[in-house]
Amino acid sequence: MPPAVKPFPLALAGIGLLAGWSLFVGVSDVSVGTLFGDGAADRAALVLLVSRLPRTLALILAGAAMAVSGLLLQILVRNRFVEPSTAGTAESAIFGMMMVSLLAPEAPVIGRMAATSVCALAGTGLFLAILRRVPLRSPLVVPLVGLMLGGVITALTEFVAYRHDLMQSVRAWEMGDFSAILLGRYELLWVSAALTGVAYLAADRFTVAGMGRDVATNLGIDHRKVMALGLVIVSMTTAAVIATCGMIPFLGLIVPNIVSLIRGDNMRGSLPWVALMGAGLVLACDIAGRLVIHPYEIPIGTMMGVIGSALFLYLLLRRNGHAG
Amino acid sequence: MIDVKNIKKSYNGTVVVDGVTLSLPAGGVISLIGANGAGKSTLLSIVSRLLPMSAGTVEIDGMDVTTTPGDVLARRLSILRQDNHIMSRLTVEDLVAFGRYPHSKGRLTGTDREHIAKALRYLDLEPLAGRFLDELSGGQRQRAFIAMVLCQDTEYILLDEPLNNLDVKHAVAMMKLFRRTADEFGKTVVLVLHDINFASCYSDRIVAMRDGRVVHQGPPEAIITPEVIRDVYGVEAQVMEAGGRRIALYYQ
Amino acid sequence: MPADRRLMSPPVVLGVLSALTLLSIALFMTLGARGKWDFVLAFRGTKVAAMVLVGYAVAVSTVLFQTITNNRILTPSVMGFDFLYRLIQTGLVFWFGSGLVASLDPRLRFGVEVASMVVFSGLLYWWLFNGAGRGDNRRSLHLLLLVGIVFGVLFRSLTNFLQRIIDPNAFLTVQDRLFANFNRVDGELLAVSALVVLAVSLAGWRWMRTFDVLALGRDTAINLGVDHRRVVMAVLVMVAVLVSVSTALVGPVTFFGLLVANLAYLVIRSHRHAVILPAAALIAILTLVGGQLILERVFGYNAALSIVIEFVGGLAFLFILVRGSSR
Repeated sequence: MPPAVKPFPLALAGIGLLAGWSLFVGVSDVSVGTLFGDGAADRAALVLLVSRLPRTLALILAGAAMAVSGLLLQILVRNRFVEPSTAGTAESAIFGMMMVSLLAPEAPVIGRMAATSVCALAGTGLFLAILRRVPLRSPLVVPLVGLMLGGVITALTEFVAYRHDLMQSVRAWEMGDFSAILLGRYELLWVSAALTGVAYLAADRFTVAGMGRDVATNLGIDHRKVMALGLVIVSMTTAAVIATCGMIPFLGLIVPNIVSLIRGDNMRGSLPWVALMGAGLVLACDIAGRLVIHPYEIPIGTMMGVIGSALFLYLLLRRNGHAG
Repeated sequence: MIDVKNIKKSYNGTVVVDGVTLSLPAGGVISLIGANGAGKSTLLSIVSRLLPMSAGTVEIDGMDVTTTPGDVLARRLSILRQDNHIMSRLTVEDLVAFGRYPHSKGRLTGTDREHIAKALRYLDLEPLAGRFLDELSGGQRQRAFIAMVLCQDTEYILLDEPLNNLDVKHAVAMMKLFRRTADEFGKTVVLVLHDINFASCYSDRIVAMRDGRVVHQGPPEAIITPEVIRDVYGVEAQVMEAGGRRIALYYQ
Repeated sequence: MPADRRLMSPPVVLGVLSALTLLSIALFMTLGARGKWDFVLAFRGTKVAAMVLVGYAVAVSTVLFQTITNNRILTPSVMGFDFLYRLIQTGLVFWFGSGLVASLDPRLRFGVEVASMVVFSGLLYWWLFNGAGRGDNRRSLHLLLLVGIVFGVLFRSLTNFLQRIIDPNAFLTVQDRLFANFNRVDGELLAVSALVVLAVSLAGWRWMRTFDVLALGRDTAINLGVDHRRVVMAVLVMVAVLVSVSTALVGPVTFFGLLVANLAYLVIRSHRHAVILPAAALIAILTLVGGQLILERVFGYNAALSIVIEFVGGLAFLFILVRGSSR
């Protein structure tokens, strides 16, 4: 086991650097010079405060929360290949968002968030119910079922959206993008940060629940309750992230897998790493997306789609190579 | 004649068949025996060109299996591996009829139909001819596949564990059928067998493999001995003579 | 159960399907027409022709792909081939510039796209099914499925990525001309596609009985004297061409092939490709024309057919997956 004390502050510092960089990348000229120089200082400070800082915070919060959601789902479903976008959670949340826009467009943020979370929870519950009916001969069936369920829910969403002219909003939720984040439009993510904190506090319980109902019961833990708590955390986090910046695909899948390769699966030890790496990966992807075709941007959904699916393929084929 | 010269096969550095040279004359029943992982099935697959070899050559009546066109070989040699899964919904009769494909390329002639009827009869499949394969038991399906291979009517018939899934009655009937195919029709039947007593009672010749090599070969009297069985399987056995046949008892 | 086999013998099923298909085409051409007949017929005729071609291409490519891979759940679309074609289309624009590609003769452009598609899908297939340290163990079906689906996501994301990198404004102007969908069909492309599909069908015709043998699995097919490698290669080329045709005409349709192929296996109680292939093609055409007819004329929705197909197809996929795993 590698020493856990030293690398963590180092990684933390790395994230700090990325976050600092993120503050200074964009169309408007924001740099130490403009901030403290004459003339454009006010404007630069305003851009920093209203746009760059919220965007950077949103990246960190969303990245950490989605990665931890993936870890939680993997432990609770006991399968390495699930995460909110391979378990029907994300697609159900988008369905919920659309239904709220359709039925109660004037609903307050809290109400939207609650309805969307309930939909995400219901979708994940449906996924688990289908899994219970499938004798799991292969662990790969689990993400397959999730992806297909997600596809069916997406088709349903798009059918309704198409009829009611909501396609554009649906596309925006499906494709993560941080370019529209401003002060006052990202604060929902603090909810997911709080939920990530709850997940950390209950980490041992989740680890035990992940060993299965029998082991959990033997150790005196109410498996149903822990399971329910975990699913609520995952659903609410996913809903908050999608409502704020749209879906970030595969993040929750690849980060926990990579951390698990390096650090193992004890959740109390691995969760901070998962959160940190999730934030770091999202920051890096977003910065890259802002730099590649400057002054245009590539949305993070596209960046993560490419990087995430390539890494997912690597994980799938590498694993098989070893198993022979 | 099946002429195997210095065959090697390895997967990612693991040697499975390690320099086998073997020549099997035409006619008779030949059994390949050996412990799990000795390389019997791999050797059989290489001889029947289902698997490429890493080194060496295989000739069937002088035809190199790697260069001879597949359809030419298919009229000379047939192979049945273990575990045959078929996704199409086929009846037993459909499957057996495919045995005639190398001869008539799917357009059945009168001769083909005779062969099909005969194969169904020999394997006791007439009552099942119209049933779908996925409605059959494992043993019935195994018999259907063997019927297909016999229907192919080739000089050489190679079968990997043909007794799998068969009860004692059908296993005995099957071995008798192979015997008859060799004796009456002059065919060469090569079998991978796990039950050494079946090998002893029905073979003209036994080839024993261990760790990818041929370690013993000869008539049953020479192979079914406590020494050879110890050498091949690492098991102590007692060999008895019953009705002119050698039976090994290894249930201590 | 011999009773139900006799009840609906393959020729009867084919007859019923043909009648239904013709009926739906006739209704589609004539129902609710307003204005001049020659204009209506020409306009709708193009649409029907596109649906017939796409249905045929998707059905035949799916059944043949399932025959060579020996399963009933992998399809070219599920393996990401549709999105690979889109990626190739976009890649050409990326490398040669939107101006040049848009000014090319559409037939030449289509030819280049199809040729690249044959090469890339061939490479991908061989790598997945034979390469990468597979040894003698076949990769598990579930792994192939998951890898295929994720490849689809990768190709789609890469396509988005390239489209963003290509000067976004310039790209928008050529997008409509390069990428078709169910509602806008390019007449010129249609004619080329029809010729290509005809050529592929004629080439495949003489292998009709070989396909039946291929469906028995690799080992059995080799035992029966089929040159497995060569035939599989040829089928792959045919599949790549057919997928190119359908994607070029109407864009990716992930689950359509899966749906029609499995419906064909369900209604045709025979292993013979000579009846399965026409049945699948007829079901595909019937689904497209009939579905469009109902959605367009009865419900008044215009472009929702592909969404409905994805919905029903996705459910079918889940059903096959759940049932298949429990067996």
